[in-house]
Amino acid sequence: MELVEAIILSVLAASTPLLIAATGELVTERSGVLNLGVEGMMIVGAACGFGGAWLTGSILIGALFGIIAGMLMSLIFALMALGLAVNQVATGLALTILGVGLSGLIGAGFVGERITPAIHLHIPGLTDIPLLGRVLFGEDAFVYFSIALIIGVWWFLYRTRAGLILRACGDNHVSAHALGYPVLRIRTLAVMFGGACAGLAGAYLPLAYTPFFIPGMTAGRGWIALALVVFASWRPGRLVVGAYLFGAVTILQLHAQGWGVGIPSQFMSALPYLATVIVLVLLSRARTGGSTAPAALGTVFVPDR
Amino acid sequence: MQLVLEKRTERSNAIALVSPLIAIGLTIVTMTILFAILGKNPLLALQAYFIAPLTDGYSLQEIAVKATPLVMIAIGLSLCYLANAWNIGAEGQFLIGAVAGSWIAVKTQGTDAGAWVLPAMLVLAATAGALYALIPAICKVKFGASEILTSLMLVYVADLLLDYLVRGPWRDPNGFNFPTTAEFDPVATVPLLIEGGRLHLGSIIALLVVAAAAILLGRTIKGFEIRVVGAAPRAARFGGFNANQLIILTFAVSGALAGLAGIIEVAGPVGHLQPGISPGYGFTAIIVAFLGRLNPIGILIAGLFLALTFIGGEQAQIAMKIPLDVTKVFQGILLFYVLACDSLILYRFKLVFPNRQVARGAG
Repeated sequence: MELVEAIILSVLAASTPLLIAATGELVTERSGVLNLGVEGMMIVGAACGFGGAWLTGSILIGALFGIIAGMLMSLIFALMALGLAVNQVATGLALTILGVGLSGLIGAGFVGERITPAIHLHIPGLTDIPLLGRVLFGEDAFVYFSIALIIGVWWFLYRTRAGLILRACGDNHVSAHALGYPVLRIRTLAVMFGGACAGLAGAYLPLAYTPFFIPGMTAGRGWIALALVVFASWRPGRLVVGAYLFGAVTILQLHAQGWGVGIPSQFMSALPYLATVIVLVLLSRARTGGSTAPAALGTVFVPDR
Repeated sequence: MQLVLEKRTERSNAIALVSPLIAIGLTIVTMTILFAILGKNPLLALQAYFIAPLTDGYSLQEIAVKATPLVMIAIGLSLCYLANAWNIGAEGQFLIGAVAGSWIAVKTQGTDAGAWVLPAMLVLAATAGALYALIPAICKVKFGASEILTSLMLVYVADLLLDYLVRGPWRDPNGFNFPTTAEFDPVATVPLLIEGGRLHLGSIIALLVVAAAAILLGRTIKGFEIRVVGAAPRAARFGGFNANQLIILTFAVSGALAGLAGIIEVAGPVGHLQPGISPGYGFTAIIVAFLGRLNPIGILIAGLFLALTFIGGEQAQIAMKIPLDVTKVFQGILLFYVLACDSLILYRFKLVFPNRQVARGAG
């Protein structure tokens, strides 16, 4: 029982950064923009988030630093890909390369420092319920926030007018433009939302997952988040399933290493990455009768006046 | 005030030529500001980065050595990008090439194997790199899976495989438990061009690759097909060109070149297989490909320039304690400026003032 509870808890913790980052990217892609710089925005969010928390001693301020850092990074992307109509794939790669360098530069000052990680909720009575208590009532604030975030995004995309307009931009920017919607402004906002989420997801790692910062600590999570959006067919509900599945794969391979299954640890560590490839193949294959991707995803839009 | 893009009626060749230079200029201005923020004398830092490595023979050779893998990988990537196929996993193909080639070196170690060892290593590395690159290409063509994500995921897998081999089966028994293979035998080592120097045969191979790519793209039907499929997919379909076949081809070629670069690096400057054999060559090569405007000669120049920043970065770290990450920041910023300046080839940038816009009724 203890072990099962511990595994569920660690799966939730491992899934949360994936879920937050993928939620942001889902909104960005639904507006028709493919921002491949999630990894770069996350790692800068991690460095700034840790820096903020280390300087002020406040996890909340750390998280805010992460969000702002991610947003600033995404603004560079918006300026390039939307303002100057540069190829989105190349711009996203550039953002990741820049982010990896910047995070090393920012983080150099506090490698090896430790902070007190985010506290977990504790409601006497409820949290002490065996098995489910800590899972439901004993998480840190990031976990609850990630759930609220994905519900909020679902509501926004499918139940509000603004969400409909955002999806319209992603499916046909020419029509949206003809109807008088400011396509580039809407996309910029969507990109910034994606950046904020990526920054927060990055900040989660040193603020709640491990209480210190190491360069390159995102370890490809930004790329897995991108794959999750494809996995989810651009739908929020499936995103939750995907994120927790991937969290589970990550944690199970860690436990398997601990149990000493006899398989070299490097092969187990490769599992999440291999799983991503396999899932992408299976899903892309299962989709017959057209793609579910936003129709204008990744295409350049220059409004004529 | 608002920035508006206006499509040019035809692409500007003048700007196509000077845009990389504008980008480098803007990057240097940005770096000057960054050095000042870091509290370093910008002029001395720039001197350490860009001038000092050019002033002694050792550093010049080192630049050529660093440029070798960058140019080889970037040539392959440029073929992919021209065909609109996004291979961003060259780092993984580089590592797999290094691993596959090293297998022969490790297995023949201490035996009296002859001169066939090095050629066999090169061939096997290129084959392994090509096969590894074919995984995302086939996933893309057969199943429609995004080659961007699959090729990138395989980088981590290759990295872990290398790590496993040098910590496990291939570890040097006399290596004090360091994760590395034993030093390769002389028959398994890329020969030096100058006795006692750093320059090795790999640089010549890189030059041959540049020449071959220039001929392929400029003088052959295949090269023409690659360019048309990328630039005008509809026209290519009407022309009966098989886009899928070209994705497979360009991925295989770029994987082979990355794999070859990997084994040349290991059997050349490094001399044994160990983790961290690449300071991100596969990713920096993406910058090289774009800075060189996806043109073989351009890539050669761009590769030398980025190699200069690697060497300059090391010297600036030793001389002025400037963190090595500055080099990565520099490379990232450079790619941004290159892409932004490329936009100038297709568009005119115009600043529009709101009052004028209202007067036209377009506000």
